[in-house]
Amino acid sequence: MNNQFELTASYKKWTWGLIVAGVIALLYGFIMLHPFAPVAHGGEHHDPTGATRFWAVLLQNSVFWLLVVNASMFFICVTTMAMGGWQVALRRVPEAISSVVPILGIVTFLVLMAIIWGGRTDIYHWLDASAVSKDPILNGKSGFLNPKFYSIWSAICILMWWLLGRKMRTLSLESDKGGTMDYETGKKWIWKNTVWASLYTVFFGLSVASTVPWLWLMSIDAHWYSTMYSWYTFASTFVSGMSLVALFVIYLKNKGQLEYVTEEHLHDVGKFMFAFSVFWTYLWFSQYMLIWYSNQPEETKYFIERIGTARKSGPYHFIFFLNLFINFLCPLLILMKRGVKRNWTMVTVMAVLIIFGHWIDLFQMVMPGTMHEHFHMGLFELGVPALFIGLIMWGVGRYLTRNPLVAKNHPFLKESMIHHT
Amino acid sequence: MAGGVKKFVVGSFDDEAVLFPAVKNVRKAGYKIHDVYTPFPVHGLDHAMGLRETSLHTAGFIYAITGTTTALSFMSWVFTKDWPLNIGGKPHFAIPAWIPITFELTVLFSAVGMVLTFCYLCQLSPFVKKHHFHARATDDLFVMVIECTEKTNEADLQSFLEKSGAQEINVQVAETGWWIGRYDREQVLYREEKGF
Repeated sequence: MNNQFELTASYKKWTWGLIVAGVIALLYGFIMLHPFAPVAHGGEHHDPTGATRFWAVLLQNSVFWLLVVNASMFFICVTTMAMGGWQVALRRVPEAISSVVPILGIVTFLVLMAIIWGGRTDIYHWLDASAVSKDPILNGKSGFLNPKFYSIWSAICILMWWLLGRKMRTLSLESDKGGTMDYETGKKWIWKNTVWASLYTVFFGLSVASTVPWLWLMSIDAHWYSTMYSWYTFASTFVSGMSLVALFVIYLKNKGQLEYVTEEHLHDVGKFMFAFSVFWTYLWFSQYMLIWYSNQPEETKYFIERIGTARKSGPYHFIFFLNLFINFLCPLLILMKRGVKRNWTMVTVMAVLIIFGHWIDLFQMVMPGTMHEHFHMGLFELGVPALFIGLIMWGVGRYLTRNPLVAKNHPFLKESMIHHT
Repeated sequence: MAGGVKKFVVGSFDDEAVLFPAVKNVRKAGYKIHDVYTPFPVHGLDHAMGLRETSLHTAGFIYAITGTTTALSFMSWVFTKDWPLNIGGKPHFAIPAWIPITFELTVLFSAVGMVLTFCYLCQLSPFVKKHHFHARATDDLFVMVIECTEKTNEADLQSFLEKSGAQEINVQVAETGWWIGRYDREQVLYREEKGF
């Protein structure tokens, strides 16, 4: 079994190229946008400064890419709990992606802490203590929306994703050392995996599927709330996470690795991409329609800031509907056919499109509440994600070269090898 | 579908592992497989038999977009032309409010349409009696049915099946077409020639 994988020169070139491009963009931000300049006080509707732009872009990218890489550990855990066998042949790929969680977790934590303890009221209005005391709505939420709770809970979440994810990866790598497991050993090992996977999943529900999007993203529009918001963010990042898994699987397959992965496995990954695109749309629409129907001013504000009203088109009109086009219509119509989900080229194209689409989605979630109508889509906005993509490629490459790509002693490997959809 | 009386050579297998190479050999020898009846869905058998991909999903897609179009055109006609109502100050042409109904009709059309198409393709309908080549095909036997053409030598085929590992072999005559009310003649046409 050809297990040890060497990174190609072009992979390394792209990794470092993207990291350098991202660092240059970041340096540009540091010099030109004055990120540590104090916030100009002007109530809730202050004019965004260069610093606002800097922190908003970093917030969007760090949260998005962290949740995307974290989604692959969620994928491993739910398939483990469901006693899934088909994914074992490609299991090391989501494992490798989830190994980036500590790196992006630290980056994200630094960004969040800089925003919170730097008093960036232009990002989070609820940081302004004098405004909160005069505002009954924000005052009512202050038990949840306050710097201390925000910091502690963010730290706990990132730490738990890191530790529980590491436990799952260690369990998987430990199985490589011994020989083929007999029935009893295999049963015990699967049970151990299931217990840790369920702990991760429960914690995932408490963090990604509820509190984390409330704190990190929804509190930008502190007066507004939506009960769909966290599921919406989860769907967005999970479908991007599955697309990222698909991209790395296809890359490794191109390099002659992952010998047991066939188009049957690709078909199932493609189904995830298709199904969760539709699930995302379901949440997108449910959130939109309920607010549109009840027509409460404090709720419609969120959409007026984005698409505007019937009389006056909003600044995010184009991005808002581009989002729906890329993330709903394209996956629905293109990924629907069986042949497309089994076509390596088409899945690659769709995976890139979906990741880009949900990056745009996060952009239109963060920017209207921070930059208002003065948002930019320039080299800085496109350069910062290069840094994150470069970091992901670096971390994934590191894991892939250090560990065997096939979990050869996994009791379900045979099931995965003969997988047939 | 034009009906016709045809002769079939029926071979019954009790093992999946024997059935697969037998299906391959029978096809390789140039015999025409009518169908293989199994007690449960056998993965990869369609592939081994050389069946083409089903078009059921294409039909489903067409039914679905028919449902979408029906819902949207009917509602827009009702709410803008036939009976415009002021509902909560919303515009008459209020797409968000129609999306749930459009979705439901899309699903309904495609589901009902696909069930009916499936029944048609499988020739299932009330009052249609199907010819059973072997009663144990619903229990524990894999029944391979080979159609006899004018070129088929029955004796050769029977010994060929025997060599391939068939447990029971016989020749049956049955109608291939279907039409409601036509199967009262089935008993007359059915005859056993060997074994059973």
